[in-house]
Amino acid sequence: MPGPAHVAESLWGLLADGSLLASVAVSMRRVCEGYAVSVLVGVPLGILIARSKALEDTVGSLVAGLQALPSICWLPLALLWFGLNDTAILFVVVMGSLVSVTISVQDGVHNLSPGYVRAARTMGVRGLALVHHVLLPASLPSVLTGIKLGWAYAWRALMAGELLFVSVGLGHLLMTGRELGDMAQVLAVMVVIAAIGIFTDRVVFGNLESYVRDRYGLGRA
Amino acid sequence: MSGGVKLEIESVSKQFATAGCTVDALRDVSLQVAEGEFLILVGLSGCGKSTLLNIVAGLDQADSGRVKISGRPVSGPGRDRAMVFQDGALFPWLTAAQNVEFALRQRGLGAGQCRLRAREYLDLVHLGDFADAHVHQLSGGMRQRVAIARALALEPEVLLMDEPFSALDAQTREELYVELQRIWLEAKATILFVTHNTREAVTLGDRVVLLRRPNGRPSVQGEFPITILRPREIDDTDVAEMAKRIAIAMRDGRDLAELERDHEDPPKTRRLLRGDNPGLGRSIGG
Ligand SMILES: Nc1ncnc2c1ncn2[C@@H]1O[C@H](COP(=O)(O)OP(=O)(O)O)[C@@H](O)[C@H]1O
Ligand SMILES: [Mg+2]
Repeated sequence: MPGPAHVAESLWGLLADGSLLASVAVSMRRVCEGYAVSVLVGVPLGILIARSKALEDTVGSLVAGLQALPSICWLPLALLWFGLNDTAILFVVVMGSLVSVTISVQDGVHNLSPGYVRAARTMGVRGLALVHHVLLPASLPSVLTGIKLGWAYAWRALMAGELLFVSVGLGHLLMTGRELGDMAQVLAVMVVIAAIGIFTDRVVFGNLESYVRDRYGLGRA
Repeated sequence: MSGGVKLEIESVSKQFATAGCTVDALRDVSLQVAEGEFLILVGLSGCGKSTLLNIVAGLDQADSGRVKISGRPVSGPGRDRAMVFQDGALFPWLTAAQNVEFALRQRGLGAGQCRLRAREYLDLVHLGDFADAHVHQLSGGMRQRVAIARALALEPEVLLMDEPFSALDAQTREELYVELQRIWLEAKATILFVTHNTREAVTLGDRVVLLRRPNGRPSVQGEFPITILRPREIDDTDVAEMAKRIAIAMRDGRDLAELERDHEDPPKTRRLLRGDNPGLGRSIGG
């Protein structure tokens, strides 16, 4: 087992020859693209499912069923559909996070106290304005939880995909380390993957959440 | 204080179906609220007060009968009938001023105009200094003031209030009784106010309408014009006396209802406790 000094040295080497930054850049681009699709589709979809009994019975149960499927199971299908390219990876990332975003948003909107909507309706607010000005902000705390969860799933799905699927990226760099039998490199890349996960979870989403909690006057969970 | 008829409730009835059986929530309620009148609906919990208010607000639909506002029949909610809820239902993602602006925007006012008018409405409820406070930074009483400001900002034809003070402590409540009377006069509002508290009813109302659980009879049990000089306070002797009369009528209404229910299902425990029917006690024991 290589010591911390060894791992740090390997990390420095990966930084120096540019391969680490290149891999991080590719992985971040992929995860951001897939994640953006998940949020842009999942948030409206979750709201729609929560507000319509018909959609809940159809799309809602389908989504709930898909939740049981680990995202990496989509890879073979994606490879058949899209071939060995980035679109296949993107597809796996979207399938990994879309479901969890949709379900948490749906839950959040469903469990919203009806008071806000009733108050808005007595003020004559209806339709899209009701969604935009009331439903969305009212469910923001749970939407945030949902999209945070979605990010974690997207990141995991991407790493799984990159491990199995040869092309540039952090997961690929990890596999290269294994093929070279370079345990220090494997550990160095693992440290980077964990650091990115912790950074987004704590710094990006953590700050966003505490801002919303303050603003809404919710106790710190 | 009275002009033409602002709000007309014409033989409204409503039933709820729960687990197979239907509950009579309202039966044949007819009421008129004059322009500028402060009308109170009082009755025990479960007598259908909220149901009636929701029907007037358009949040719920009557099984039969109809509601007219300035002669127009209502269908669905609209900002001609603003509602103040028990918990205020303010939007926590907005400040006090923004909550009021939200209502003003529904009237189609521009951003600058909204800000200006919001300030005026907050001043009206004496909360001008808290315009930029977030909802959770306000006390319960302040929140209800903002909720009242928000409702008035819609310039509604009728202001509906469903037990708006019942979650507040006694002292805050007493302050708000005085405040609401002042606001009502200043804003020349027409108010339909629901409470189960007879003293609150007499303190605030021009007229108090007593509701009861229907049990086959019309919901409206009686009506009490209140002529005590304003501003009234809850511990005025005149208020207390009138409230007592209403409370007695309310209890009689309940006893009647209970008698009818006793017919099907005698409240055995109560009789046993009073010990005035030992025969029944034995029959239960055996
Ligand atoms: N949504 C509902 N479904 C079934 N029953 C209801 C519903 N709303 C009210 N009720 C019943 O109707 C009656 C009147 O309720 P409500 O109007 O809330 O009374 P109040 O406001 O006077 O306490 C009660 O018996 C209550 O249980
Ligand atoms: Mg009620």
